[in-house]
Amino acid sequence: MAKNPRVIELDEVVVKFAGDSGDGMQLTGTQFSDTSAFVGNDLSTFPDYPSEIRAPQGTIAGVSGFQVHIGHKEVSTPGDQADVLVAMNPAALKANMKWVKDGATLIIDIDNFDNKHYKKAGYEEDPLHDGSLEGYNVVKAPITNLSRNVAMKHGLDVRTADKTKNQFVAGILYWLFNRDLKIGEDFLRDKFKSKPEIVDANIAVLHSGYNYAETIEALATRFQVDPMKGKEGLFRNITGNTALSWGLLAAAEKAGLDLFLGSYPITPASEILQEISGRKHLGAVSFQAEDEIAGICSAIGASFAGKLGVTSTSGPGLALKSEAIGLAVITELPLVVVDVQRAGPSTGMPTKTEQADLMQALYGRSGESPCIVIAASTPANCFNYAYEAAKLAVEHMTPVILLSDANLANGSELWQLPEVGKMPEIVPPRAQDNDPNYYPYHRDPKRLNRYWAIPGQPGLRHRVGGLEKMDLTGEVSNDPMNHQIMVEQRAQKVQRVEEFIPEQQVIGPDEGDLLVVGWGGTYGALLSAVKDLQEEGKSIALAQFNYINPLPRNTGEILSRYKKILVCELNMGQFAAYLRSKHPCYNYLQYNKVQGLPFFISELNIAFNDVLKSI
Amino acid sequence: MKWCAGCGAHGVLSAIMNVLPETGVPKEKVVFVSGIGCSSRFPYYINTYGFHSLHGRASAIASGIKVANPDLSVWIVTGDGDSMAIGGNHFIHLIRRNIDVTILLFNNKIYGLTKGQYSPTTPKGSITKTSPDGTIENAFKPGELTMGAQGTFFARVVDTDPKMMRDVFMAAANHRGTSVVEILLNCVIFANEVHRDITGKDVRDDNQLYLEHGKPMIFGKERNKGLRFRNNKMEVVTIGENGVTEQDLIVHNAYDEDDTNHYRLVRMTLPDFPVAMGVVRSVESTAYETALYDQVDEAKKKAKIRTVDDLIHSGNVFESKG
Repeated sequence: MAKNPRVIELDEVVVKFAGDSGDGMQLTGTQFSDTSAFVGNDLSTFPDYPSEIRAPQGTIAGVSGFQVHIGHKEVSTPGDQADVLVAMNPAALKANMKWVKDGATLIIDIDNFDNKHYKKAGYEEDPLHDGSLEGYNVVKAPITNLSRNVAMKHGLDVRTADKTKNQFVAGILYWLFNRDLKIGEDFLRDKFKSKPEIVDANIAVLHSGYNYAETIEALATRFQVDPMKGKEGLFRNITGNTALSWGLLAAAEKAGLDLFLGSYPITPASEILQEISGRKHLGAVSFQAEDEIAGICSAIGASFAGKLGVTSTSGPGLALKSEAIGLAVITELPLVVVDVQRAGPSTGMPTKTEQADLMQALYGRSGESPCIVIAASTPANCFNYAYEAAKLAVEHMTPVILLSDANLANGSELWQLPEVGKMPEIVPPRAQDNDPNYYPYHRDPKRLNRYWAIPGQPGLRHRVGGLEKMDLTGEVSNDPMNHQIMVEQRAQKVQRVEEFIPEQQVIGPDEGDLLVVGWGGTYGALLSAVKDLQEEGKSIALAQFNYINPLPRNTGEILSRYKKILVCELNMGQFAAYLRSKHPCYNYLQYNKVQGLPFFISELNIAFNDVLKSI
Repeated sequence: MKWCAGCGAHGVLSAIMNVLPETGVPKEKVVFVSGIGCSSRFPYYINTYGFHSLHGRASAIASGIKVANPDLSVWIVTGDGDSMAIGGNHFIHLIRRNIDVTILLFNNKIYGLTKGQYSPTTPKGSITKTSPDGTIENAFKPGELTMGAQGTFFARVVDTDPKMMRDVFMAAANHRGTSVVEILLNCVIFANEVHRDITGKDVRDDNQLYLEHGKPMIFGKERNKGLRFRNNKMEVVTIGENGVTEQDLIVHNAYDEDDTNHYRLVRMTLPDFPVAMGVVRSVESTAYETALYDQVDEAKKKAKIRTVDDLIHSGNVFESKG
């Protein structure tokens, strides 16, 4: 019997899906996000999962979560706290109650709320009856049993049938947000293309979840989040790793080069290798190497042979690649090194985010070995900075390290599709066949790059290598003064990039009390927190850096215009230390966090206010 | 040229210089890639494209070059330290993939450029700078590693035999897939005469078995010794003794897919057996880059998404009117 629910219009809603790592929460989260994008909401997502494929079931350590923030208004973070929490078991509830707003809707799978599961989750009392959930709208749904019944009727065995329960959850959410079930069906058809019986069963369960939500009294209200306002054009929901891969493909196409990705699987960068390996139709070649070293070395070889050589990794892999990055520096070959940062040191917390590879990217090599270092700051702009990394590498003939992080990589947001045809040109500095004046280390006077002579080109035979080379001629040289010259030229070449990158922008007043400084993936949280205080009339601005080495040419000037500078990072202060070395005349305050988690707006608010109060 | 006078590398270089024009590949399409060590200076001494890379990594760099442009003729020059120790992993994986490059492995059984430490091919018990009491490690045989990695081509030559080098280098260059040529090379300074038992003028005929496909395995100064199978094992016999005739000898089949006999041949050591020279194994198998570009061509043929613009507009895209 259909009821007549109340509809509440909201500017933004945060939904968190949480369950065992085998419960399909990542898939449901992605499905709900894609659906929201399709109906025109702005959005930002944050998958948070354990590093084990199937961590111990029912325990806090095994909880896999996916948070999505959708909005009629602009959304720039996955949100601090959830309005709706889906908890597939007691552990999921326990792990997430501190991230839930007062009065939130909690959708729980009552089939898993028994003494055995309470014990595993570490509950001493039954949370459903000890009064701790008072004030929340608790929906106790027999999700496992109902979906099992439906799926088994479609011919699935129990084990497979139980995997459909995430679609029951999806069905409830589709009802709750009044989404068209057809979008969910299409998602499933695409996801399980080759398995029609799985598609049918999942669609049936999706519908039964929807019907269930429609009937029960506990769901008395529906949420309406209208399409976003103020943005026009074509959009899609995209993760950082996908956007980054596509940015590389776009750069290769624009430069007239084929993409060669030499990589080794590593969390959280593997999706880049996976994505490119399926793009042969665009001429892209991926080489899954035997280790990180072979990954980068094959990319350097490909670059020597005239391809756009790229390698992708995470922190521990970057450490293994450092010798080869030095080789790319001294051979002055274009190379993009993607580092999707994760919590370290060593294996650390492989699925959790951090920004602690900055110093490694800047300095982690033997000898004087400067690299261009840039950082993406949103999932979608991973596309732009991957493109930019390739452009700088090719045009300046030097390795570029592109920093992303676990949250950008797996998180997603709405992406306004660019016009690929209008993106800046990429012009490889190729040497001309049979040029009688060709020398391997003859430099372009503007960028100081050498010219790219590719095996197969007649009249340009030469040798490159890791030994120091004579200026201009490229012969092996141990000459003292020559080494000084070559070291300085390589450094100047990188420094000169500042003339080819944009000036640093500031969001907020041009001068004032507090300049918040961030870099890379903290952009969304810092922006939201800064804007909140700006709306309160505080004198506060944000400078979020994407270009790290070299820094934008107006950096010093910006830093001089505020009474206080607060550098916020998900590390112990690496960018702050870097700024102190580059612009030592300013006083840098720090706000640092190393928990494998992003910044929360609430904590930033407190930190910013503390500094503002001291002025 | 900065190799020591008397170094075996000189002979290899001149053999290569003689072979290259005969391969018919234009100079600008030839790339020599090396790692680190005495052997790895090779690219500086030959007027082709060259890449003197990192210790152990020549195989990985060369893989990238060949996969990037299969039209190039790619040669790797490496040593026993470079490819058996620090680069051992890349060495076996290159062979496993069967990328069409030729590896010239200068095996002098010692670290020369760092002045005399033992290497992974140094015979057990050898006294070197880092094994004053004799090495306690078993030595690698490059041929065994090649077979273990499902190699499609393995050959062995000595640095003092220009004709043998010429014939074998040509065969290696013509092989489509990874070719491994182990060159028994003399280091005059740190391991002088390490291969003397094999290469010495007085002993070489008796101690080397030069393999030729389709020919019986005969060796010896008098050309009267050979190999035959008995009780599923190889043994050395003398023609004319105990009724042994040439018909009893094993006929070398370098093209045999089954590598069992090739394995036996590369393992033969003195004094019980002669050391096998020439092309031990040469079998046809699709090269990595051939299979790869077949997939690329197929994907391009089938693709509806032909540009990045097509790609970003594919799938779940929606329009917002603001």
